[in-house]
Amino acid sequence: MDTTPSRIATLTPDDLETPPLGLGQLAWRKFRRHKPAILGSIVLVLLFLYAFGSPLFISESYANHTDTTLRLLPPSAAHPFGTDTIGRDVLARSIYGGQISLLIGLTAVIVETVLGILVGALAGYYGGVVDSILMRITEAMLNIPEIFLLIVMAKYFGGKIPEVDILGRTFSGSVVVIVVIIGLTSWMYLARIVRAEFLSLKENDFVLAARATGTKNIEIIFRHILPNSIAPIVVSATLGVANAILAEAYISFLGLGVQPPTATWGNMLDGANNYLDTAPWLWLFPGLFIVLTVLSINFLGDGMRDALDPRSRTV
Amino acid sequence: MGRYILKRLLQGIPLLFFISIILFVLMMNVGDPVATMGGRRVTRRADYERLRRQLGLDKPITTQYIYWLAGNDWTRMDMDGDGIAETQGSRRGIIRGDFGVSLINRGTPVIKIIGERIPNTLILMLASEVVVILGAMLVGVYSALRQYSVLDHTVTALSFIGYSMPIFFIALLSMFVFGVLFKRWGLPYLPTVGMFDPQTGKTVWQVMYHMVLPVLSMSIVSLASYSRYIRSTMLDVLNQDYIRTARSKGLTRRTVVYVHALKNASLPIATVVGLDLPFLLGGAVVTERIFAWPGMGRLFLDHVSLSDTPVVMGILMLVAVAVVVFQIITDVAYAWLDPRIRYE
Amino acid sequence: MTLLLEVTDLRTRFHTAEGTVFAVNGISFSIKEGETVAVVGESGCGKSVSMLSVLRLIPIPPGEIASGKACYCGVDLFGKTEAEMELVRGKEIAMIFQDPMTSLNPVLTIGRQITETLTRHEGMDQKAAELRAVELLDQVGISDPAERLGDYPHQFSGGMRQRVMIAMALACLPSLLIADEPTTALDVTIQAQIVELVQSLRDKLHMAIIWITHDLGVVAGLAERVLVMYAGFIVEEARVDDLYANPRHPYTLALLEALPRADRRRDRRLKSIPGAPPSLLVEPHGCPFVARCEYAVEKCRDQNPLLTPVGPEHRIACWVDVKTGAPR
Repeated sequence: MDTTPSRIATLTPDDLETPPLGLGQLAWRKFRRHKPAILGSIVLVLLFLYAFGSPLFISESYANHTDTTLRLLPPSAAHPFGTDTIGRDVLARSIYGGQISLLIGLTAVIVETVLGILVGALAGYYGGVVDSILMRITEAMLNIPEIFLLIVMAKYFGGKIPEVDILGRTFSGSVVVIVVIIGLTSWMYLARIVRAEFLSLKENDFVLAARATGTKNIEIIFRHILPNSIAPIVVSATLGVANAILAEAYISFLGLGVQPPTATWGNMLDGANNYLDTAPWLWLFPGLFIVLTVLSINFLGDGMRDALDPRSRTV
Repeated sequence: MGRYILKRLLQGIPLLFFISIILFVLMMNVGDPVATMGGRRVTRRADYERLRRQLGLDKPITTQYIYWLAGNDWTRMDMDGDGIAETQGSRRGIIRGDFGVSLINRGTPVIKIIGERIPNTLILMLASEVVVILGAMLVGVYSALRQYSVLDHTVTALSFIGYSMPIFFIALLSMFVFGVLFKRWGLPYLPTVGMFDPQTGKTVWQVMYHMVLPVLSMSIVSLASYSRYIRSTMLDVLNQDYIRTARSKGLTRRTVVYVHALKNASLPIATVVGLDLPFLLGGAVVTERIFAWPGMGRLFLDHVSLSDTPVVMGILMLVAVAVVVFQIITDVAYAWLDPRIRYE
Repeated sequence: MTLLLEVTDLRTRFHTAEGTVFAVNGISFSIKEGETVAVVGESGCGKSVSMLSVLRLIPIPPGEIASGKACYCGVDLFGKTEAEMELVRGKEIAMIFQDPMTSLNPVLTIGRQITETLTRHEGMDQKAAELRAVELLDQVGISDPAERLGDYPHQFSGGMRQRVMIAMALACLPSLLIADEPTTALDVTIQAQIVELVQSLRDKLHMAIIWITHDLGVVAGLAERVLVMYAGFIVEEARVDDLYANPRHPYTLALLEALPRADRRRDRRLKSIPGAPPSLLVEPHGCPFVARCEYAVEKCRDQNPLLTPVGPEHRIACWVDVKTGAPR
């Protein structure tokens, strides 16, 4: 009888080994499992539809239509969110106000992201004197609370910029002002993050290789290093939208932000404490919209942060 | 350790100078002090020039900065416009505590105006800070110990909601519920305006009673976010090897959690205080406006809208100094609490 | 000699988001009073998890001790309450860990970390505990022990920290010390010192030791018996000389072959074991080593071999006789 054992191949493939996933796929899989983030994303989509889709049913002129005989009516079938002090429909105003608030949030983040990346990249890449100066400025601005800066800048720039016409709609100059000053006061956080990324990434071999082949510094910064630090930038930008929406709300609430008749969720709350008990619908609904939006963005940002965290490699 | 303190102090000084420059440049562009001070009476050219000289606005901007910073009582000014400097300056500069005089309140020193309001804001901020720290520790530690329980999930959800709310919305809600609804339902209710009831007078009890809602509004957001921070720190700590060692020695769960774990988890608390200050200061502005609390925040808003530059500058500078100083205190406290840094 | 510890059919699992990790899959072994047993195996084979399971230091969600018994002096530890276990840990069975930097609490003095076991288990007051702590530090070779009581872990070097851990573990004179790779994170020269220290203390205290390691070199000098583990199973168990002279399990053979030796021919390539250990996410079926085994037969795929004797105090879990190549 043959007693030699049949030699089973020593390298039987372990078919339970998970196939390697690309970074994007890995991130998406992890994101999918983060229930609050999914919920947040859905709510945000609904909010955007509400703000930008509803105009199909309710016109802007209706939102701005004043009728003092209808002032301060509580919620009813005709006016689901009631009316305000000069008879405008609160629901309609919350739609158009939402547009402005969301727009401001998004555009302010663009401003602050561009600024933050510029400052952070230059400081991190060049180091030395450039870094020192840029970081001193960053630190100095970080030490002044945002609200104070916003208030002062709003007072200064307020009224200096005329109305703008974009896509057939007229925006009061204060919208541009708000976008600019929020951007000017929020870039520091991203700048620090980007700088830290650049400081560590620039020591890598791929940078050395790029330099050795004569690539210009600008190209190295924007085409080689920056794409590798996309993850924290995306998370920061997402959370930045929440911060911008809140900042606009604060400054408009204080009456220094977007000026009427343009509505934003924030300025709808201005003066609402005079009607605290007599007309709570004036501040309740815009306030809830703000909270809902910011909350959803925070959930989304939390999910993104988990998904893009390079440390957790497993699905 | 001493060297570390010195280093931090030395770092803070140039930072403050930098901040003062930024603020000065910012403020020089806000509003026209002459118009503010003179009201509508300044129509004649000569009067306009005279006021500008009085306020030192005819000098180049760097000189103006130096006078603001270090005063001008060590030099002479030209007050009558004849080109000859004959009058001794009288300002001592912010370094020596002279923030100038208010343009609105007719010559009242800025320091005096701010000084009257600071204690009111300090009361609010101190109380809020205590609530935030105690609350965040309690909630954070408790939810870490009960990870994944229903309580933990509820707390997490509430925390998210908490720090997604603008302070003024929390204020309005709490005013509505505890001030209006409670009153309507015949329950004991909380006051919503001012620091004390003018009929009863400014007693300790009155102030405390009026403080409840403002402090609540100011602290909820910070409490929500820091309780999550403490929770995650605590969870991190509980997963450390030295906790496993402590358990392997047969120590009671109580000792393991409240001595071994907590001592490590509470180190970051020191940083919370420093991080939170700018936010609390900003929150004070909005809260004082809503509750008509006579503090520095409301002062700031009022004087900004009236373009009273010296007062606004004074408050801004004071705020910045407070933030920088607190950061230094925080860093030093952290270094002192952590034996790894204290005994280098 | 009485049986100090008798473990029967221990199975430990972890329930994770990726699935269930079958870390320990039915191991049984025993430790006699005063004997030194080494547990060897590669990273992930379950050696640490087994011992942590015995002391019930596994975090219970996500961990789970699915079955088994661990009888210490005749009493099953798995039947005790947590409070009762707290009295066993540190007093009867002590453990030292791999990384002394992370295993000591950085914000408590080492004096405190030693005296707390004494006040807890021996009822000593603070002063008496401190005196005893100084004695212990001296025994483990820390100079100026009285002064160093107030020092923090970061003020000690790696080797000295490990000595402090040993002092901490032995403070209440346990009958069994579990050492989880205590020298892996240390320099080779320091390693030798620590091993020597443990040896001398063991002889003085008549203590049993379970020494977990992946370093076969350390085993030779210290252990009386050896357990070889692979993928959550014990695959071979023998007296130490017998193991080195007469390895009977293909895995042990391969391990010993893979050791670089000064007396081998220098032109030969170092022999490594081809393939990788099986994924612990799959419930084990058949012999865990089958994919990498030179001697595997059909039966190895389907049936998991149990530990059976092949000589005095020598057991293996294998279907094949490696000397002849024939099935057993």
